[in-house]
Amino acid sequence: MTQVIEGMELVYEKPQTMTDAYLHYCPGCGHSVAHRLLMEVVQEMGIQDRTVGVAPVGCSVFAYNYMNIDMQEAAHGRACAVATGVKRVMPDKFIFTYQGDGDLAAIGTAETVHTINRGENILIVFINNGVYGMTGGQMAPTTLIGMKTTTSPYGREQATMGYPLKITEMISVLPGAFYVTRQAVHTAAAVRKTKKAFEKAFEYQKLNRGTCFIEIVSNCPSGWKMTPVESNEWMEKNMFPLYPLGDIKVPTQLN
Amino acid sequence: MIRGTIIVAQDTCKGCELCIVACPQDCIEMSERLNVRGYRYAQLKNDTCTGCVNCALVCPDVAITVYRQPKSTSKKIQPAAAVA
Repeated sequence: MTQVIEGMELVYEKPQTMTDAYLHYCPGCGHSVAHRLLMEVVQEMGIQDRTVGVAPVGCSVFAYNYMNIDMQEAAHGRACAVATGVKRVMPDKFIFTYQGDGDLAAIGTAETVHTINRGENILIVFINNGVYGMTGGQMAPTTLIGMKTTTSPYGREQATMGYPLKITEMISVLPGAFYVTRQAVHTAAAVRKTKKAFEKAFEYQKLNRGTCFIEIVSNCPSGWKMTPVESNEWMEKNMFPLYPLGDIKVPTQLN
Repeated sequence: MIRGTIIVAQDTCKGCELCIVACPQDCIEMSERLNVRGYRYAQLKNDTCTGCVNCALVCPDVAITVYRQPKSTSKKIQPAAAVA
């Protein structure tokens, strides 16, 4: 219960759509900020009883413990396919998937691409931190060139391991994608922009025009072996040149 | 100047220090004591807080509740959302 202070107005509190469970994420992780923004938007739009989330495999596998809405767990990478089924059975519900880069960009590439190609009317939230965080910081498809991970101890080499996969740009060319954007949650200004993007995506879902895809470039202090503050600075310096923030595809006509 | 204050849920805070970087007034510090989970937690160090909400926006553990003085102090506005 929120405390009342005499002569002061309450301006910010934890959204009611989040449960009281203690978040298991590492200190400074961007996942919980994304959880909170999603739930704030759900609360402000008053769609708590009409929203169904699909949780992935990865660090955010316990997302259903923190979001006080209906949730469904999917097999590794298959969140988009599960969300397709949920949306087709219940077309009046707001459906979103919440996936990391190992889930969406590696094992789930086929499901993701084909879901967007069909223009399924769902919201896909993609958290990109460049490593497999849950299993101990292995190399992901989105790992930067030269970035050291536990499976690329000398840094990622292009010759043997390929280039970082820019899946957001890839899927933005599909006609089924309606709104594609890349945001971050490392500063207060970025958090406000990301919340705006979530609001737009849920509004667009009412129009039934295609898939909304929001990438959130995030940090992984444990996987990158840095403090949270250092990891945010490193992300600004190294991740943002390759993954620039901003809208990639915006709807030109809404009606 | 508008005055504000924050309340940090001490046992939820994981001591990531992101709020210290986000605070434009430089009014948050880490505690000397540890909480039940063994982390140092964020706390107010002076009364320069303006209730700008930046710390709460970047807090990954949703540990910060923000309060602000109403714009006209003559009218005592009760926080409607806080009653429930």
